Amino acid sequence: MEVQESYPFDVEAVRADFPILDRKVGGDPTTIGQDDSDDIPLVYLDNAATTHTPEPVVDAIVDYYRGYNANVHRGIHQLSQEASVAYEEAHDTVADFIGAAGREEVIFTKNTTEAMNLVAYAWGLEELSAGDNVVLTEMEHHASLVTWQQIGKRTGADVRFIEVTDEGRLDMDDAAEKIDDDTEMVSVVHVSNTLGTVNPIRELADLAHERDALIFADAAQSVPTRPVDVTDLDVDFLAFSGHKLCGPTGIGVLYGRESILESMSPYLYGGEMIRRVTFEDSTWEDLPWKFEAGTPSIAQGIALAAAIEYLEGFGMERVQAHEELLAEYAYDRLTDLGYVDIYGPPGDERGGLVAFNVEGVHAHDLSSILNDYGVAIRAGDHCTQPLHDTLGVAASARASFYIYNTVEEVDALIEAVSGAHELFA
Amino acid sequence: MGLGSDMYRQQILDHYKNPRNYGELEDPDFTHVGENPSCGDTIRVDVALADDEETIETVRFTGDGCAISMASASMLSERLSGMTIEELHELETEDITEMLGVDISPMRVKCAVLGRQVTQDGAKIHRGELDVDRTRTED
Repeated sequence: MEVQESYPFDVEAVRADFPILDRKVGGDPTTIGQDDSDDIPLVYLDNAATTHTPEPVVDAIVDYYRGYNANVHRGIHQLSQEASVAYEEAHDTVADFIGAAGREEVIFTKNTTEAMNLVAYAWGLEELSAGDNVVLTEMEHHASLVTWQQIGKRTGADVRFIEVTDEGRLDMDDAAEKIDDDTEMVSVVHVSNTLGTVNPIRELADLAHERDALIFADAAQSVPTRPVDVTDLDVDFLAFSGHKLCGPTGIGVLYGRESILESMSPYLYGGEMIRRVTFEDSTWEDLPWKFEAGTPSIAQGIALAAAIEYLEGFGMERVQAHEELLAEYAYDRLTDLGYVDIYGPPGDERGGLVAFNVEGVHAHDLSSILNDYGVAIRAGDHCTQPLHDTLGVAASARASFYIYNTVEEVDALIEAVSGAHELFA
Repeated sequence: MGLGSDMYRQQILDHYKNPRNYGELEDPDFTHVGENPSCGDTIRVDVALADDEETIETVRFTGDGCAISMASASMLSERLSGMTIEELHELETEDITEMLGVDISPMRVKCAVLGRQVTQDGAKIHRGELDVDRTRTED
């Protein structure tokens, strides 16, 4: 197939780094892991939910636990020093990867949601009051939407939503209107996890800064799939999760502009984030440790750096090219079926995911039937319930791609979708 | 093949495509609405009781959702006619999966039991034993 020849890297070689891709499915899901009744090849197309973990990243976790497991920051002994160096240097790796000035701008969190909450609590509760507003979009993930909605209720700040056009793009005229002199924060998803839309973050950052507002980019779907540079985007905050870019769960990143992080009070108090404590008062560690209270996810932080190094081996431009190739191919093939509604912009201007509904088949039925073909997709509201309300559907199916997916796997998706449609016809 | 294909045997698809007792009653003894928030399935059940206030005479339902939830409600509506309220309350999850005649994968059980839950809650509200606006089935 022509498309295949234009892969930006050797996909078969990539697949060899992910043993899980060779497993079969189809057996009893209550027996965990592969059993004898698993007999259908796995086609994993749920990468926007979580990606798989390549051997070098699994090795980084194993090496830590087998070789230098210790708590960080406070030990004089050798193991603690080794763990501290690796954990702290992981922050440098992330900083380089996203164009941050240095580790002081990189806070490790549990995930994107926790990063969002950190800013909402440590900055939002202090800075927002009645008369202010926070501007989101109608395509926000619940991580951002619910967080600012609730902070708005507590502070009296108004929460507004930039409208999404029928083509699934942000209405930038509406953005220019909603971002006004009372706007304190613009919190925007970079790549929509439902529509696949790539939002113009730099343009929104300029609109925000013209009004002296801050901008927070939810980069959960963008940092894993394309080059992202916080300096080019001119964002004040940006967040993403490790497990969506070949890293482990339990680790996420909050990037924050140093001057703003300096002005903020801690979000969580406790060990590892203090400098001096008396019975009366405490002072705080330097950035980023001021925002990393308690024993952090050490192995996960180190493995996140390993995941980033793994992706940098391909180059994020080529990761993006692969995502776009599969998304466009899937968009075109689903469109050709003639009975599939696809949400979001055309195939040649979207991130590596396609959300859709098949006429006459509920998304959950579709997902159950696709599972029989070994095809793993997501079905539901994808944590964007209000967006689904505006689309007029309760749920949708979503196929999402990563570096190890192939055009043959998209063909398998199409075959399964046809089978489901036939069953319900 | 796995559970999915089994779940969509002819009977399920038939009830999904041609739901029995679909509609609303003009003068029901009780009406209740429920949803399965994670799927977006919604069901409204209308029930008319016999003069003894114990026996279910007629059931109608309307709804929007997946094949499992709609087929289950349709099949249940046929079975409920003639049952007492007490018998309704005795219906367990296993009775529903048995009625459907297929293995329901663990993630889809909440779809299968939505109709039963809505009807049971509606009966309890009717008798003043429960106070909720909507029924929600969760994991």
